[in-house]
Amino acid sequence: MGRFKEFLFVLIALSGLVSPSFAQEQEILGAGASFPFLLYSKMFDIYGREYGVKVNYQAIGSGGGIRQLINKTVDFGGSDVVMGEEDLKAAGASVIHVPICAGAIVITYNLPGNPEVRLTPDAVADIYLGRVRKWNDPRIVSSNQGVPIPDLPLTVIHRSDGSGTTFIFSDYLSKVSRDWHATVGRGTALNWPTGLGAKGNTGVAGLVRQTPGSVGYVELAYALRSNMAFGSVKNRKGRFVRPSIASTSAAMSIDLPSDMMVSLTDTEAPEGYPLAGFTWVLAYKEQAYQNRTEAKARELVRLFWWMTHEGQKYAEPMEYVPLSKGAGAKAEALVRSVTYDGRGLLR
Amino acid sequence: MEGYGEEELAGRMGHAHPGNIQGLARKAFVGTSADGVLRSRPILSEPSFRKLLYLSGIFAIVLLLAILLSLIAASVPAIKQIGLSFLVNRVWDPVAGQFGSLPFLAGTLLTSLLALLIAIFFSLAVSIFLGEYSRTGAVSSVIKGVVELLAGIPSVIYGFWGLAFLVPAVRYVEMRIHVAPYGVGILTAALILSIMIIPYSASLGREVISLVPADLKEAALSLGATRFEVIRKVILPYARSGILAGVLLSLGRALGETMAVTMVIGNSNMLPKSIFAPANTMASIIANEFTEATGKVYLASLVEVALVLFVVTAIINIIGKIIIIRMSVER
Repeated sequence: MGRFKEFLFVLIALSGLVSPSFAQEQEILGAGASFPFLLYSKMFDIYGREYGVKVNYQAIGSGGGIRQLINKTVDFGGSDVVMGEEDLKAAGASVIHVPICAGAIVITYNLPGNPEVRLTPDAVADIYLGRVRKWNDPRIVSSNQGVPIPDLPLTVIHRSDGSGTTFIFSDYLSKVSRDWHATVGRGTALNWPTGLGAKGNTGVAGLVRQTPGSVGYVELAYALRSNMAFGSVKNRKGRFVRPSIASTSAAMSIDLPSDMMVSLTDTEAPEGYPLAGFTWVLAYKEQAYQNRTEAKARELVRLFWWMTHEGQKYAEPMEYVPLSKGAGAKAEALVRSVTYDGRGLLR
Repeated sequence: MEGYGEEELAGRMGHAHPGNIQGLARKAFVGTSADGVLRSRPILSEPSFRKLLYLSGIFAIVLLLAILLSLIAASVPAIKQIGLSFLVNRVWDPVAGQFGSLPFLAGTLLTSLLALLIAIFFSLAVSIFLGEYSRTGAVSSVIKGVVELLAGIPSVIYGFWGLAFLVPAVRYVEMRIHVAPYGVGILTAALILSIMIIPYSASLGREVISLVPADLKEAALSLGATRFEVIRKVILPYARSGILAGVLLSLGRALGETMAVTMVIGNSNMLPKSIFAPANTMASIIANEFTEATGKVYLASLVEVALVLFVVTAIINIIGKIIIIRMSVER
């Protein structure tokens, strides 16, 4: 018995030593959206090697990231969704939204021969409202003259889990369809009028691949990596735009507000793909809260600066859309606006 | 202390070999006093041992109550806003702020009960075979091992397997009988669940069936009963309460199962209209929406769904216990 007690004692003492209480000074904690997780992993890995600052990011979802930022348990949050009024009020102080990159939603489908389907905003809305039962419905066929559309029943597939992807998609549908806006609205989780739900981009892609005549929506990066068939969508200026890094980047060439809390869906840019959206990192504008040191705040601002400048070159090889010049300038201004005790942190 | 051989362990613990009763007794009751003479001294006396046991039991009860109270506390915002209609509302609309748990309650009960119905036949067959016909031998150990292995397979793997193989199979059948060929739905979820819950009732059933006293069976046989009649009229009635306990265990597992179900049930938050329709369960909606949920009432509603699941599981367990007691008393 004595030996065992000794052993326990030593174990507890050792575990106290091992806990990295001093290393936490150097570590930046972030949590949030899973869409940019791959890009952030690469960015933080390289940043850690170049500057010796370790960044720990947990992909718990945009909602989780916002919650943790409000609870002040993380240094920054990651979100595909702009913070809502209730959340901004709960935060108490001003929260800046710094865009890091953009993504797009593609409409993927399972049709024999993988034809390139062109869809109007009304068609997409009607499909997801459950009004289109077959593929050779006039709403689809009318914009696809010369494309062989089979007479298959149409199965709608959506996300079962709450996600920023769903938010961007429903945000677009709310803008282009009054019926959608009235009945369903925009959100990370919705009361879908029809369709099957699958978990994650993988789930939707898997189900679409298995179900003939099905249609679903996934992230552009995911679709490009998995070689999926997807269609083009008509944008506000009447052009059928195929989703790509170029067309998503073009969607950003509009008048962007200085707080960057903007939605890119249904963009007025003539070459822009209408189903695009930013992903942001969120932080408090005034960094002197709780017992944050100025050094910590400066580290965070340096990280944001790097992510919006040198870090941007890692986006495109991974199929993420880097910030356009205009968006980058606005992001830079936001990073400069972060203060500690009222003083700017970047020189 | 895993990884140590028995002898090494004995050496470290002061010469008491764990497999040796005398050694254990020596360890527990014998010690060397100051003058080096061996004397009897109990290290863990009877009253303190009993106290330890009571404390462990009370700890389990306290833990359960703590879980229940924390669920209730976290769902207060939703209870205040929605009230009892939460249990009968059919609409789950996070955007409009309308929440109702009826579709999930229906989905959970439908899939679990259907799975139980399918599983009961197989697990009863397996437990009779292993408990009565083939108690020892290579075949018996292989089947026993495989059935127990089924219980150890992680839920996610069942989900992946279901998505990759079962869903296309069900879709093929649906196309043949001219129903909407989704592949996913209540039937698929129930099928996967039934495979997952067979081991629980099969193992327990096998144990109780093998414990039926031999003289009862021999008495029946000597009166001219066939083997089948012995099973029907002697073994099953005797083992009834044990088999039901196993069934209850299976049902409990089925009610709470999350990952495998969420991958094959179709995740449609509407009341299912047929057995082939997609649906959703309480565990599945929580797993899907909790991470992204923002807003006090939305979060509280999800916790309330968890509370409903907790209460439903508890009620079913209580009903099951009552049935088991009734069944064994009537003997």
